[in-house]
Amino acid sequence: MSKKMSRNIFITVCISPAIILFTLFMVVPTFEVFRMSLYNWGGLSNTKEFVGLDNFKILWNDMNFIQSFQNSILLIVLVAIITLVLAVFFAAILTKEKIVGTNFFRIVFYIPNILSIVVIAGIFSAVYDPKSGLLNSVFDVLSIDGLKQMWLGNHDIVIYSVAGALVWQAIGYYMVMYMSSMASIPASYYEAASLEGAGKLKQFTSITLPLIWNNIRTTLTFYIISTINLSFLLVKAMTGGGPDGSTEVFLSYMYAQAYGNSTYGYGMAIGVVVFTFSFVLAAIVSRITKRDVLEY
Amino acid sequence: MNKSKGMRTETLFKIFIVVALIGLAISILIPVAWVFLASIKENKEFYSNPWALPEGFYFQNFIEAFQEAQMGSYLLNSVIVTALALVFLLVVALPAAYVLSRFKFTGSRFLNSFVKAGLFINVSYIAVPIFLMLLGWDSGIRTLLDEGLFLNNRVVLALIYASTALPFTIFLLSSYFETLPSDFEEAAGIDGAGYFRTMFSVMLPMAAPSITIVILFNFLLFWNEYILALTLMPGDHKTLPVGLLNLLAAERAAVNYGPMYAGMVIVMLPTLILYIIVQKRLTQGMTVGGVKG
Repeated sequence: MSKKMSRNIFITVCISPAIILFTLFMVVPTFEVFRMSLYNWGGLSNTKEFVGLDNFKILWNDMNFIQSFQNSILLIVLVAIITLVLAVFFAAILTKEKIVGTNFFRIVFYIPNILSIVVIAGIFSAVYDPKSGLLNSVFDVLSIDGLKQMWLGNHDIVIYSVAGALVWQAIGYYMVMYMSSMASIPASYYEAASLEGAGKLKQFTSITLPLIWNNIRTTLTFYIISTINLSFLLVKAMTGGGPDGSTEVFLSYMYAQAYGNSTYGYGMAIGVVVFTFSFVLAAIVSRITKRDVLEY
Repeated sequence: MNKSKGMRTETLFKIFIVVALIGLAISILIPVAWVFLASIKENKEFYSNPWALPEGFYFQNFIEAFQEAQMGSYLLNSVIVTALALVFLLVVALPAAYVLSRFKFTGSRFLNSFVKAGLFINVSYIAVPIFLMLLGWDSGIRTLLDEGLFLNNRVVLALIYASTALPFTIFLLSSYFETLPSDFEEAAGIDGAGYFRTMFSVMLPMAAPSITIVILFNFLLFWNEYILALTLMPGDHKTLPVGLLNLLAAERAAVNYGPMYAGMVIVMLPTLILYIIVQKRLTQGMTVGGVKG
């Protein structure tokens, strides 16, 4: 057997299983999402009928979809901004300030990220419970009854309750990411700045922030994609989209249509719109946050 | 004068950040501890002061969760699926990552980008198409076997878990293999080792640190996953998170808090224990590296 031949056999044996599994269980289903969105398929009939873009036309006038769209946008914006600010703040503190127990705080802040989203849903059901919940009983102890709420029962605030759980879940993860890029900034920069008389805030805005800007830009894409995904997983486990669809998000509506309602074609059309939307949004955000990269 | 004012804002700032740090730590630790405490409370205790400590160790909650809510058999399913998926993943991803990162051949660049594109595919989008695909295979095989094979199958679920984790895992392992110098392979080649031998006895052992990270990360992913398990396992072989989902729903209907909290503890305890062990090992590894200089 020639050397070249045995090399080729080796390469084929090594990569074929991975390529086959990846194609079968990820690439084909992804194409199926796009293909099925053009069919009227599902319900009880189980007949497939090609309808072109009809599903998308129905979608355009579907008020439930519009509501899930609004909820998703609100969640993406809220979660991204609040998580970003808090994660950068805590990362800066833990890398720059000399505090006892830095390691302890880092370990604790990361805990929510290792919990199953179902457990997080359970925890927040307990936190938000109107009678015996943590949050309302804290307000009870402090005797400020005005702040007590039906956190998961009130149309107007339930979406903020969901956002709170998502932020709680995300802070630690992003904090660790920012910490690692902050740690690589040379200490001499800060020494020079403080000799020049720059305060902590000035140091933060003119050294830390510009030097981790690229990292922040990358995470903005993460925020968009992961909020769309995690809001679905959390809402499905915690509120089921209710009350009255006030926490319905992109993918929970897709899942309800495709799996719950068995209108596969329509569900997949929602999937296509969400998929496209998330990419376009990520591209726009990445475009408008583009700055000249600072080298150090 | 000026200096003392500077000192004062400095102190205030210090107090502010300590309060902020402790505040966030409390907001994470209290709810988690609350779940652990609630899991050993008797049902009537849930109607009194929610801040009261448990009156005793009410183990009945766990027995109820394990038996009536079937969390025991779900635990077994989760262990089987997670372990199998990790084995499948390593067996498939390691050789692929090694070849894709260190061999140039026709189409190698395309295959690299092809796999990397998978990083953008999210499981939540493709859960239903995978379900329909398995459903189709099942109805095909039913004409031969009289029963379905692919849905409600723990091995198939593990295989799908492994497949969906492939892009990230190959990406991670490839970036490690790329950093290794080619001297090792050349030396092994001179000693007369073939390609397979070189891979198994020289290259893969060197990737041990990356393999550990891959196992840890994917263990958490597989153990906690629920949307694929929910969609593809409508029958008896549910995994823990899906079982917990049912407990959460049941708790909303009929008020029986205890077993629900017990279920949450059963799901999160393994991940918490693992996390604590890993943290220790990470800090130890850092000190060893420091001594070596």
